[in-house]
Amino acid sequence: MTRQDKITRAFKQVGTRPPRPDGIDKVTGRAMYGADMTAPGMLWGKVLRSPHAHARIRSIDTSAAEALEGVKAVVTGADFTLPEDDFYRDVAVNCMAQDAALYDGHAVAAVAAVSEAVAKAALKLIKVEYEVLPHVIDVDAAMTTGAPVVQPGRAYENVPEGMSENVTSHCEFGHGDLAAGFAKADVIVERSFRTAATHQGYIEPHACLASMGGDGRADLWCCTQGQFHVREVCAEILGMESSQLRVTASEIGGGFGGKTTVFIEPVALALSRKAGRPVKIVMKRDEVFRATGPTVHSSIDVKIGMTRDGRITAGEAHLRYSGGAFPCGTVDMGAQSAFAAYDLDAVRTFGWNAMTNRPKEAAYRAPGAPQAIYAVESVVDELCQKLGLDPLDVRILNAARKGTKSAYGPTFDEIGLLATLEAAKAHPHYTAPLGPNQGRGLSCGFWFNFGGNTCVTMNLAFDGTVTITEGNPDIGGSRASISLMAAEELGIPYDKVRTIVADTASIGHNDITDGSRVTFSVGLAAIEAARDAIAKMCARVAKIWGIDPDAVEWKDGAVHPSGPNAGKFPPMTLAEIAATSPNTGGPIAGHYEVNADGAGVSFGVHLVDVEVDPETGATKVLRYTVFQDAGKAVHPDYVEGQMQGGAVQGIGWALNEEYIYGEDGRLQNPGFLDYRVPVASDLPEIETVILEIPNPGHPYGVRGVGETPIVPPLAAISNAVSRAAGVRLTELPMSPPRILKALSAQG
Amino acid sequence: MVKVLLWGSLRSATGGQAEVEVDATTFKELLDRLAEDYPGLRPQIERGVSLALDGVIYREAWFTPIGPDNEVVLMPYMTGG
Repeated sequence: MTRQDKITRAFKQVGTRPPRPDGIDKVTGRAMYGADMTAPGMLWGKVLRSPHAHARIRSIDTSAAEALEGVKAVVTGADFTLPEDDFYRDVAVNCMAQDAALYDGHAVAAVAAVSEAVAKAALKLIKVEYEVLPHVIDVDAAMTTGAPVVQPGRAYENVPEGMSENVTSHCEFGHGDLAAGFAKADVIVERSFRTAATHQGYIEPHACLASMGGDGRADLWCCTQGQFHVREVCAEILGMESSQLRVTASEIGGGFGGKTTVFIEPVALALSRKAGRPVKIVMKRDEVFRATGPTVHSSIDVKIGMTRDGRITAGEAHLRYSGGAFPCGTVDMGAQSAFAAYDLDAVRTFGWNAMTNRPKEAAYRAPGAPQAIYAVESVVDELCQKLGLDPLDVRILNAARKGTKSAYGPTFDEIGLLATLEAAKAHPHYTAPLGPNQGRGLSCGFWFNFGGNTCVTMNLAFDGTVTITEGNPDIGGSRASISLMAAEELGIPYDKVRTIVADTASIGHNDITDGSRVTFSVGLAAIEAARDAIAKMCARVAKIWGIDPDAVEWKDGAVHPSGPNAGKFPPMTLAEIAATSPNTGGPIAGHYEVNADGAGVSFGVHLVDVEVDPETGATKVLRYTVFQDAGKAVHPDYVEGQMQGGAVQGIGWALNEEYIYGEDGRLQNPGFLDYRVPVASDLPEIETVILEIPNPGHPYGVRGVGETPIVPPLAAISNAVSRAAGVRLTELPMSPPRILKALSAQG
Repeated sequence: MVKVLLWGSLRSATGGQAEVEVDATTFKELLDRLAEDYPGLRPQIERGVSLALDGVIYREAWFTPIGPDNEVVLMPYMTGG
């Protein structure tokens, strides 16, 4: 796509804060979420899950369940034809186990019945004969030779021979001479870190309603971040043609990456196919924890050298991630992100993924980056402490900027890191006094961002209002942002534009709502669709006026003669053109289809103050400020919401959230009582500072903002806690027992 | 000819070279040539790669023009949340 040379446009609507279009529906209960869909004759689906972390499935006897009155269908792995492609096959096997249960909670059978109670009773009648196998839960244990093998034969060609069969991939990034770099250092710090697996923690559990007719055509309603992806995956797993499956995305109660895949949707479709009736499945919270995507858990070693004046001379990291019981590429992103904030002559990162008997990893905002950057930023902070240097000055001194050869290869173009660091330095938060047992921490954050396949249609109604049809579920305010950009381009009020999210049969393919892509890509497509509609409106008016199309121009929501030679005509507004459109050639619509690139990388800086209670080990977050480059904040409320939400999720990740497994390999805390996410009383106000350094890859300078805010909190909070406690913390979460242990070890 | 920078773990497929030269004018040609000239790269290319061209990351755009003066970096295929 064209790079925008200079974005100097003065915006009239972009950058304002109109009320959110989904607000009233959500607060009044009118909004339709996944579990709200019903259909005549609907059955209830329930899933039987493995109680074992690892077991061979010797046999499944469903006869008693099938004989129960009210049961209309039972499915097991035998009802699914496994796709040949590894990616689709892994998704299918994760949705329904084949010959082995690979983690506690792995689906092994499912029932559709006339009521939830009957379905639940039927599950108890299914007899599964398991042969329990040894399991492995920890990534370091999984990588040792002789560890129980989760799945044999899954290693990529890049894994050296002789490693544990659980190791599925290896990656390496970086440049320069590490040995020479470390030789120049005055101080070198080496540390090992561990981060627990965490869940995305969305409030709405997974839910879907599937209805397949006898002719093989099907409809599926579900809560998802990507209805087109759901269609492709389900069609592949069920052996259908994509066009025969229409998927409609419901309103979504949070996703954060965790709803970029499927868990129950193929199961509901298979049950519906067998029963000949619609089937609804709604996960319980314990199922969400046990069987849907947590993050990877990780074990990371970092070594960094620094001169006395704060220049980083070399950086090295070894990252070991586990994405659960299947191969997982998230470590690639971690290894690329780890040192992205720094301008380094010598840097190297090494990444490994190993399978464990845990649920299959699903993405969580900037997948892989928070863990890696937590480890690197912790060591940078420790070096600053050892050398008595200001941690912000050191980051400014070493910051990546335009022309820096990034640690993952490419040379950076315009990036906003330095501006965010300088904004943090100038902010009163940075120099505010601290009390006893209090500490201040900071961290840089980074994410790649991307664009992707996008289709937008813009239709003008005869009354001059506009509907935008797009295909990405709105998980962060995209309908408002897209309407704002369209209104800006058309020159009409925001409230004359409505953006709707269409089903898969109503518009062309759109990639998943992920990668911080929607405001960037769909916004770009909406602007271009508006330009397409404007060109058509200009042509219609030129025809009415009997002049050449080149003799008219679009200005302030109306067509004008482009100059005195074009003739004297009163401007025709969009509403007037739309009203006459039946007479001038028919309805007017604008379209744009693109696989968008040029999203531009994103940087942020987080600053946090905490107080650690030395008696209990409890941490209180006192003050939190987020600085981030948004390119152009289309609707600043939503940008601030993304920044605040990332900080809050990061606070939970840093201080409390973790998957806890027993010796038996079973998850011990599959509920919000024992898996503690932050609540309002845990949090200070999260202050936000938006910087706007236009992205040259977007007509309005927009940069994705959704993922970067989850990246810095882990290190920022760990650095603050370490300074408050006087001891370096190296494991997340920093729960009170872990902090007490660190304090007592210090003596 | 275009110089392509590879990430470290791909070097085992290029005889240890961090940078290779291929005859290509587009993203698609570049991938095809890489897979032909260095068969060990084919599995990774089939799993998915991104391409950074003068710092801008492209995930799938086959017809993106590439010239000898461009900085071309092969990267793993990006996913997000």
